[in-house]
Amino acid sequence: MSLRKAGQDSHGQDSSYFLGWQEYEKNPYHPIQNPMGIIQMGLAENQLSFDLLKLWLRRNPDIVGLKKNGASLFRELALFQDYHGLPALKNELVEFMEKTRGSEMKFAPEKLVLTAGATPANEILVFCLADPGEAFILPTPYYPGFNRDLKWRTGVEIVPMQCSSSNGFRITSSALEQAYQQAQKMNLNVKGVLVTNPSNPLGITMTRSELNHLVDFAIHKNIHIVSDEIYSGTVFASPKFVSITGVLKERNSDNNIWNRIHIVYSLSKDLGIPGFRVGMIYSNNERVVSAATKMSSFGLVSSQTQYLVANLLMDKKFTSKYMEETQRRLKRRKEMLVCGLRNAGIQCLKSNAGLFCWVDMRHLLTSATFEAEKELWIKILYHVGLNISPGSSFHCCEPGWFRLCFANMSEDTLKVAMQRMKAFTHSTTFLLKAS
Amino acid sequence: MGIEIEQPCVELSNVAVSETHGENSPYFAGWKAYDENPYDEFTNPSGVIQMGLAENQVSFDLIEKYLEEHPEEASTWGNGASGFRENALFQDYHGLKTFRTAMASFMEQVRGGRAKFDPQRIVLTAGATAANELLTFILANPGDALLVPTPYYPGFDRDLRWRTGVNIVPINCDSSNNFQITPEALEASYKDAEAMNFKVRGVLITNPSNPLGITIPREVLEEILDFVTRKNIHLVSDEIYSGSVFSSSEFTSVAEILEARENRNAERVHIVYSLSKDLGLPGFRVGTIYSYNDKVVTTARRMSSFTLISSQTQHLLASMLSDERFTESYMETNRERLRKRYQMIIEGLRSAGIECLNGNAGLFCWMNMSPLLEKPTREGELELWNTILLQVKLNISPGSSCHCSEPGWFRVCFANMSEHTLEIALQRIRDFMARIRTETETESA
Repeated sequence: MSLRKAGQDSHGQDSSYFLGWQEYEKNPYHPIQNPMGIIQMGLAENQLSFDLLKLWLRRNPDIVGLKKNGASLFRELALFQDYHGLPALKNELVEFMEKTRGSEMKFAPEKLVLTAGATPANEILVFCLADPGEAFILPTPYYPGFNRDLKWRTGVEIVPMQCSSSNGFRITSSALEQAYQQAQKMNLNVKGVLVTNPSNPLGITMTRSELNHLVDFAIHKNIHIVSDEIYSGTVFASPKFVSITGVLKERNSDNNIWNRIHIVYSLSKDLGIPGFRVGMIYSNNERVVSAATKMSSFGLVSSQTQYLVANLLMDKKFTSKYMEETQRRLKRRKEMLVCGLRNAGIQCLKSNAGLFCWVDMRHLLTSATFEAEKELWIKILYHVGLNISPGSSFHCCEPGWFRLCFANMSEDTLKVAMQRMKAFTHSTTFLLKAS
Repeated sequence: MGIEIEQPCVELSNVAVSETHGENSPYFAGWKAYDENPYDEFTNPSGVIQMGLAENQVSFDLIEKYLEEHPEEASTWGNGASGFRENALFQDYHGLKTFRTAMASFMEQVRGGRAKFDPQRIVLTAGATAANELLTFILANPGDALLVPTPYYPGFDRDLRWRTGVNIVPINCDSSNNFQITPEALEASYKDAEAMNFKVRGVLITNPSNPLGITIPREVLEEILDFVTRKNIHLVSDEIYSGSVFSSSEFTSVAEILEARENRNAERVHIVYSLSKDLGLPGFRVGTIYSYNDKVVTTARRMSSFTLISSQTQHLLASMLSDERFTESYMETNRERLRKRYQMIIEGLRSAGIECLNGNAGLFCWMNMSPLLEKPTREGELELWNTILLQVKLNISPGSSCHCSEPGWFRVCFANMSEHTLEIALQRIRDFMARIRTETETESA
């Protein structure tokens, strides 16, 4: 019996991204029970604001109990499996998305498709926009999960577009063009570009200029743009978040390009509720919305969760305060990390968003190679006791960069991590100088 | 569908533009008619009664009562929302251990303890829709085929074929033997697939059957198992209605047969289950794959990333499903209520002069209206269906949408409405049949 999908490695499960997690699971840090354990810095989760959410839940026991004004909505919700989604939730989500984009433009709830997380949202868009064997261009470095989400079951290829530190890893027209030529050489028909904005792992928002280059490129090549804006609510410093839709609006673009822009979003990062599986696709293209809505049958959001989230978002005072406070806390954490690393003689890419920093450890490599990067990663994992993510797992073209997460642990734990890093670099530098 | 885009636009994928989602079939057209004019006892008593929706609404009170009586246990995270953080962060595709264990024990209970389920082999998905598609992705390549006995659930056309590119080749069953699957039909279907140059990867059965509403007899299951073993292919058994068998002892799961065979050749067998029908919770999206094949379990688990069950929902249901006293009493009561509904509709239809297949499970009955067809063809059936929809104002599902090879059969759901509404529906049918009899008598006079 052959099991094709089982045999393929495109689920990407065996990359170091996941191996580090395994080591952490075997020996997890705990301030009292296991102070010598591994600190998890490879998990892009937002754990900073649960206190606020819990407060809200305590004040709204009815919502949790699936009640409204004392009456049970259990039956109604238990039966609700309409793939158009709970209208109340969609109305709230579009308003929420509008606010994140500075209320510069209105979003329509009927253009929103709900999915069980951003993972299926991205996969559904690829199913809708490309045939097996066709390709999407992705700027590197990119989220390792995309190898699985975009390629595995769809049979679509990823053509990486190399970005480098020479210009702060920004997207340029020439890099886009180069990637396109590369695809042509490989006989791959490019159907679109997928960007993550703000970027994972870089933690930066795309500039207006980058976005315009992207739009120019998509118009010229007559292809789609998928903008995964899952971190859009984690922008904690200027410049403000600029969505691709904002740029299109400024350009007064015609219908043609509007029909080729698709946004992916989720509440997993901004609200810190990845377990609840609340994701979505926003598209102006009616055919895409129609097909994606039907495909969402394969991953609908639990009606119980839809009800909870709709009510949470309806509390505008709360969500406003929550977002403000979360961003403030993220900024503070990031600064702690940047400072701590600086003390260890390590620089970070200047960032204004996300739950992680993109850290420059090139000077700690024994050679400017990926083998040396792996060696360093292993050393940091086993000897320093930090699970950080090596740039190669994000398909970065330059060895020596690492992604370090800062929002999935307490301040004290972050301090311990920084102390360990400092101790490590001091000894390493000493050794490097001595050799 | 909306505004036409005037200028040529960049293509979407073949999958996006294909009709394989199947939503243009009458199965769904009837729903539209209902949506436009839905029956309501008080506000719209002459509206369309929805009898095309296989939902179980007869036992909600039992679940609501449980949740009322166990506020701390069953309510999400308790009063202080203490477990909220862990729950909200939990996106491990292994699923909540308590929930997975609860599902395994619930599945055992549904089968009267006649089969054991190892929680390690349970893969969670957001509904059986996702489970069936996922298994198809794993077991077959684009262009391959799955053999499915007819008549079958119309949703399979989308779930098994749309994004996977896999074909369905029917195993033809007919009324001559109560639509049972025969070894000859299995072989014929296999040959049909070969003739079309499709590589057959497996057989997918629904047991109890939708739309037939009957359990597959043990001997037939043995034959199917022998067939797939001989051909070295897979067997997927969608047992989504296993808890809706009116009398528990009448259901044999393929799991029981495997146990009797000491799990020999079990690695080709995979069971799909869900809480949508037995517990009436389709909105919560709780489905599972149970596979005896380690590689399938591992791969399915990874693939379930695309369709995880909300951790909030897993948490809510875990304690309820592992409360054996509750589940045992629920199952018993649920079965009994379904049986009574079934009796009601069968007798009601019989008194109107309509016979049904002798069923013992499910949320629907398989009704024979072939004597009423103008022409014994698919067109004739659709004409009758249209008449019933527009004149009698009942949305029932025509057998052709279930790929039934004999025209004139209809699936009629009985568990998605109150007894009162069912009574109204039966009255309408009686009146309709009486009208037809009068017309026929007048014609022949």
